[in-house]
Amino acid sequence: MADDLELRFERTVQADSRIEPRDWMPDGYRKTLIRQIAQHAHSEIIGMQPEGNWISRAPSLRRKAILLAKVQDEAGHGLYLYSATETLGADREDLTTKLIEGRQKYSSIFNYPTLTFADVGVIGWLVDGAAICNQVPLCRTSYGPYARAMIRICKEESFHQRQGYELLMTMMRGTQQQKDMVQDSVNRWWWPALMMFGPPDSESTNTEQSMAWRIKRDTNDELRQKFVNMSVPQAEALGVTFPDPELKWNEERGQYDFGAPDWDEFWQVVKGGGVCNEQRIAHRRKAHEDGSWVREAAAAHAQKHAQKEGAA
Amino acid sequence: MSTSWPLWEVFVRGKRGLNHVHVGSLHAPDAEMALRNARDVYTRRNEGVSIWVVPAASITASSPDEKDPFFAPSGDKVYRHPTFYSIPEDVPHL
Repeated sequence: MADDLELRFERTVQADSRIEPRDWMPDGYRKTLIRQIAQHAHSEIIGMQPEGNWISRAPSLRRKAILLAKVQDEAGHGLYLYSATETLGADREDLTTKLIEGRQKYSSIFNYPTLTFADVGVIGWLVDGAAICNQVPLCRTSYGPYARAMIRICKEESFHQRQGYELLMTMMRGTQQQKDMVQDSVNRWWWPALMMFGPPDSESTNTEQSMAWRIKRDTNDELRQKFVNMSVPQAEALGVTFPDPELKWNEERGQYDFGAPDWDEFWQVVKGGGVCNEQRIAHRRKAHEDGSWVREAAAAHAQKHAQKEGAA
Repeated sequence: MSTSWPLWEVFVRGKRGLNHVHVGSLHAPDAEMALRNARDVYTRRNEGVSIWVVPAASITASSPDEKDPFFAPSGDKVYRHPTFYSIPEDVPHL
């Protein structure tokens, strides 16, 4: 019977059909998905902080409304993804606890600080741009609820990227000081954005199995290359450069060559040594703890009303 | 865990004339809050004109393990489909 179930699972995956919540699936598949989707959900939730930092200081009402909508979207994306983990038997409360106790990770990019308003634009353009590269193939991931969440997310990310690029175009039409601010921001975010695709394929421990299960559809290096190819013409149109002396078009490969990110820095940030790791988690913990009375009050209110209705 | 809110499944009607379609789930203390949260989570861009929220615990579903026998009754009834019947090509509107 177990073999039969496993065979059906394998066939479904191989046929590029979707695995749905009540289907039988290997324990490893379930665990890998919960880990990956939770990490993704945590990234969306923690990702509200770097940009949220600028909401109260946005330079105009228009930019403020846009930024508010964007940060609200990140919250929404986190919720779609937590919802997907729950179809696998995960508990949302438990995932939040794991995040604030540092037992589950989120994308390292959010451990870098947002020093100027140009960072809001560069995050939209490069960080959300890299996220889109990662996420578009996930719309075809083998687990149905995850794929459906990704489709919704990708639609909304497109707004995020375009508002960022438009913000930067506006600044690049401004004073020299504003232009310098954009270039400085690009210099700080370029390498961390490249690191968002994860370690090189030669060092990525999860890739092979995830590709076989069709959870992942492309390798880290493939996606990184795609992102570089897409970004260079966008930088040229904007009038900024990337801080990589090795970046140049390779006629033979039909792609851009580029340098290697500082992987020591990457691992250091992953392990908690980034500029903002502690601050991000402390803030999330505080928000969770400060909100506990609201959760308790709402639950008590609902219980009281349910009792009244029961009595009537 | 006494304070954790129950899970609700959310269904959205995209526009008039369409069925409600399942879009995901959320946690809320009661039905009214579930509706409000669903509006904020699932319809930030005019994705719907009507929302249903249903306690996840109230849904009864067919089991995927019974897939073959459960849906078998319709499997061998090809005569339920219009293509089962051959009609001469020169007969109009049929």
